[in-house]
Amino acid sequence: MKRIALIGMPNTGKSTLFNRLTGAHAKVGNWPGITVELLAAKVLIGGEMVQLVDLPGIYDLRAHSGDEAVVTTFLARNAVDLAIVVLNASQAERQIMLLGQVARAGLRLILVLNMADEAATLGITIDRETLSADLAVPVCLISAKYGQGVEQLHALIAAALRGKDPVESASAAGGLLEQRLEAAVRRSVIIPAHASHALTEKIDRVLLHPWMGLPIFFALMFLLFQAVFFVGKPIQDAMAWALAAFRTAVLDPALTGLPAAASGLLLDGMYNGLGTVASFVPLIILFFLCMAIVEDTGYLSRAAFLMDALMSKFGLDGRSFVMILMGFGCNVPALMGTRVMRSRGLRLLTMLVIPLSLCSARLQVFVFFIAALFPANIGPLVLFSLYLVSIATAMLTSQIFKPRFVNDDPFVLEIPPYRFPTIRQMLLRGWHEVSHFLRRATRFIVAGVVLVWLLTNFPAGAAPGSLDTWAGQIGGLLNPVLSPLGIDPKLTIALIFGFVAKEVVIGALAVIYAQEGGALMTTIAGQIDWVQAYSFMLFTLIYTPCLSTIATIRSEARSRPFTALAVVWPLALAWMVSFVFYQGARIHWA
Amino acid sequence: MKTAHPHTLDALGPGESGTILALHANAELYRRLAALGLRVGKHVRILRRGRFAGPLHIRVGTTDLMLRAADACCIQVQRSHA
Repeated sequence: MKRIALIGMPNTGKSTLFNRLTGAHAKVGNWPGITVELLAAKVLIGGEMVQLVDLPGIYDLRAHSGDEAVVTTFLARNAVDLAIVVLNASQAERQIMLLGQVARAGLRLILVLNMADEAATLGITIDRETLSADLAVPVCLISAKYGQGVEQLHALIAAALRGKDPVESASAAGGLLEQRLEAAVRRSVIIPAHASHALTEKIDRVLLHPWMGLPIFFALMFLLFQAVFFVGKPIQDAMAWALAAFRTAVLDPALTGLPAAASGLLLDGMYNGLGTVASFVPLIILFFLCMAIVEDTGYLSRAAFLMDALMSKFGLDGRSFVMILMGFGCNVPALMGTRVMRSRGLRLLTMLVIPLSLCSARLQVFVFFIAALFPANIGPLVLFSLYLVSIATAMLTSQIFKPRFVNDDPFVLEIPPYRFPTIRQMLLRGWHEVSHFLRRATRFIVAGVVLVWLLTNFPAGAAPGSLDTWAGQIGGLLNPVLSPLGIDPKLTIALIFGFVAKEVVIGALAVIYAQEGGALMTTIAGQIDWVQAYSFMLFTLIYTPCLSTIATIRSEARSRPFTALAVVWPLALAWMVSFVFYQGARIHWA
Repeated sequence: MKTAHPHTLDALGPGESGTILALHANAELYRRLAALGLRVGKHVRILRRGRFAGPLHIRVGTTDLMLRAADACCIQVQRSHA
């Protein structure tokens, strides 16, 4: 099968084009010589199945760090029949250098000028035919966002793949020196003297206002969390109710014939555990959608601009802050996002603080405990306080460790114009994030809840979930360490499983208490008070990150001592923070 | 009098602009700056500066960038007159 690679600079809409060409069927895969996963998909083009690979956005093919190294290694180790070089049409003049670099790698080429819609708004005119003739490379003008020009691209790809001499266009492009490339673009892409994004400038005057910028940023984040709760909570309640009703009406009668152990494992173990986790999926979906909108509009780079001065005091930079925000979705992609940092010190320091980001899996635990122990009107406030704690612990950590990880990376970033994603883009993005979450979560959760059920129901004869079971014994052993934090043995067991994946914590509690949804909330609310619940949430927020996060830290940092630090430090910090809060609250409200 | 003396980019205030004369950077940073459009002969305008000695928000061609004053030091410009 022939292979096509998409190459382009960051912020050129490369991934949007990839989605446009492949639909939502892309799969992550591993490639020789590369430690990161790349998206690839099989598509039918010109009556032939071809494989399309989305490479990370790069600035310069000659650089040797991070994503640049991924692309060069990929091109060196994998046969590529055609490279589609994607440029932002409005910025073609500065980005065209990349075409020359890819041509020098001896690849057959197609040049795509993307974001044609934006270029048109700016009054930019593009003479596609002249440009194609000057460069001796097929050129296609498209808007991946709205789907214009995609059919023409299909035709160009089909024609290029049929071509006989594989280096025909590449040899012509070999003579494409940078000056000639730029001159060709200047001849065909005519930019009006004062082309600027008027709406973006207006919005920036408010959102990047010297005094109002930061307050607006925090207000927007707070509103976002409120909105997720306001819309998501009723949906979640309905899900929990429906799952419980299904068990009573269908599953309980259907499984009455089975031995007690088998029906216990299936119903109290698998169904309750998975069901309780599943009822939180709507909230997670909403949260991902909101984060995707914030990211796709370009506001995240404004956040980096606003926060850079503050972050530099902690030895980090504006990008670190954006990665911490990304980590609110999932720590794993945020850790991989640090590849754009070339200073190893800055990168390690950022990787040390990212696991303190309150990820969606922890969010699910907090939503559950907040719903169980706090009145509805202060729920969002409690959650927001946890986000603030998350950021505060990250700042404290970088303050403590910055002398050991020195940042010497220059801070130069693009600020893209505001872009409003289409419904299609949002749905695709949301679907991608959620399927990724579910794929990762179900694998851990099924194994996790079964293991919890076994540990909480054996040895034979012990009352399920009691302190006589194996789990109860483990909880008892750790009791001297965790009881000063207000964390009882049953919650301790849930924490142990949370080390595998935070997604398992609520599922584990459902199995430990042999209850689900609303009933589980009532039981837990009867056994612990809000101070214990908040202490438990603080500990869950800060302690050792999940296994996937640790594995990612290990593969990205390639250092055992650093990985050990990333495991031990949060554990120690979690204990200290929970201890101070719990004992302080007990003294204060005694 | 502000005349033909070359300045570093971080010496310009919001609303001021200039033409890039030289980039004093190592090969890797030079390539990154060039890829982002910061090349000799290009026109740069300062849109705003972040609070508390925050980064500069600049425009070069059709691209908006942010960079720290510490990094803007390596870019020499000829100040333009309004």
